[in-house]
Amino acid sequence: MDFLNAIILLLNFTILPALTYGSQLALGAIFVTLIYGVLRFANFATGDMMSFGTMFSVLLTYYFQSVGINFGILPTALLTIPFAVFMMIFYMLTIDKFVFSYYRIKKSPPVQLAMVSVGVMFVTQAIIRIIIGPSDRRFLDGEKFILKATEFKEMTGLNEGLTIKSTQILTVLVTIIVVSIMFWFLNKTKTGTSMRAYSDNEDLALLSGIDPKKVVLITWIIAGILATIGGILYGLDKSYRPFVYFNNMLPIFAAAIVGGIGNPYGAFLGGYVIAFAEIFLTYAYKKFFSYILPESLEPNSLVQLLSTDYKFAISFSILVIVLLFRPSGIFEGKKI
Amino acid sequence: MTFFEGNNMTAGYNNGPDIINSCTVKADKGEIVALLGPNGAGKSTVMKALLGLLKLKKGNVLINGEDISNLKPQERVKKGISFVPQTRNVFAELTVKENLEVGAFLRTDNIQYVIDEIFELFPVLSEKKNQIVGELSGGQRQQVALGRALMIKPSVLMLDEPTAGVSPIVMDELFEHIIKIKKTNVAVIMVEQNAKQALTISDRGYVLVTGQNKFEGLGKDLLKDPEVRRSFLGA
Repeated sequence: MDFLNAIILLLNFTILPALTYGSQLALGAIFVTLIYGVLRFANFATGDMMSFGTMFSVLLTYYFQSVGINFGILPTALLTIPFAVFMMIFYMLTIDKFVFSYYRIKKSPPVQLAMVSVGVMFVTQAIIRIIIGPSDRRFLDGEKFILKATEFKEMTGLNEGLTIKSTQILTVLVTIIVVSIMFWFLNKTKTGTSMRAYSDNEDLALLSGIDPKKVVLITWIIAGILATIGGILYGLDKSYRPFVYFNNMLPIFAAAIVGGIGNPYGAFLGGYVIAFAEIFLTYAYKKFFSYILPESLEPNSLVQLLSTDYKFAISFSILVIVLLFRPSGIFEGKKI
Repeated sequence: MTFFEGNNMTAGYNNGPDIINSCTVKADKGEIVALLGPNGAGKSTVMKALLGLLKLKKGNVLINGEDISNLKPQERVKKGISFVPQTRNVFAELTVKENLEVGAFLRTDNIQYVIDEIFELFPVLSEKKNQIVGELSGGQRQQVALGRALMIKPSVLMLDEPTAGVSPIVMDELFEHIIKIKKTNVAVIMVEQNAKQALTISDRGYVLVTGQNKFEGLGKDLLKDPEVRRSFLGA
């Protein structure tokens, strides 16, 4: 019984949250890796682009709620995804046309484009602040829990409760759907193949008649979908606060690099690696050990390896370790 | 009039000096033409000019009598001119089959029969069609590169040092493939370092020196020519 309690405890406080957080990071990391693979620069505006798309979802959710539209037990925000994605893609294409395309045609070095993306990041942050402000917003409605701790305790008779939030299941499900469609698109369609070909060998792709403009367009569209959905899922699960999105850039980049930058499969798995590492290393295991160890061995301290304040230090350390020992990422496999 | 000709081409990179000077290269369907010459003679530059990667200052490029001097490389590909660069000539991260599919990107009809033809020409590719090209050997990669270029069913195939960096046995094998390609009524133009072997399989050859035509003639005549032998063939 104690053993079961210990498992439920871990499931509730580490595994479920890590799966959720990992999915959100994975979407962001695939975004980074896709932009890097096809457009060949590290996009520092990633976090804020996710925030930008989410902002529209938040505003539209408020609007929908005010006119009485809702999605039953599911969050209204899901209904806003198509509109938010559309606005996001529109914004990205505008930025690309007026900012990035100039440097791309000039064939600027990737570092220069990365610096340009820092500029885009600041501008995006400013626009977000003007439109919605920097404060913390919750826009989750509908049914909050699929399983409540008290219900679970009654059902099983265990001491530990298992809480399953609807946003957790939603995040994992939506991520699986979006990522599967994306991989199917990249691997099985003609356009997807042309994107991979362009990313692999630009000159030969041009000689084979692949239109670079179309490849760039499709890349921004896919990136817009990933960024917006990733951002909305994160906002539903936690809350929408622009500064937090900016901060998330570090774990997202860490995930993309752990997976081998340019490799979407790696980025997907990298998201979970970072999420599990962050949560496992900052969780206080005292209660867990009190279940599985005999009373005499019970720990007095919290048994927490690192305070949660050091969350970012973990992704940063993983980033440094991977760059030192496996600079091409820990996952073998084909690049985009 | 020959099928594909570059007449009196003069060109250089950007605003730099002219690399080729009034250079003429012609090739008919069903023949192999070798471009030879010492390092820096402008052999690869001639190919780039024929393909449109370089702007001509003088001269013109004709295919089947049509002037294509002002067309972009992609548009020339549509006219049936295919090019295999010396390096990075395959999509290393794609499978063999995907490489061929990308090669046929400009075709809108059913490409399966072309793929089957390529597999017939290069049986080894058929066995490895689902393998990532980056994992293949050098000779097999060159076959993928040739196969990719053949997917548009070109009338002119240009090869920039197809045998660079492969072993002598693989070189012979590749040359056999090139002869097979020629027999499908394609004009093959190739730049080669292995001048003797290249001339043996070529119908005609051009020897370039400092961007100008120095010698030209039938492959076997050039092989015998004492001056060509002394200066380029090393015997």
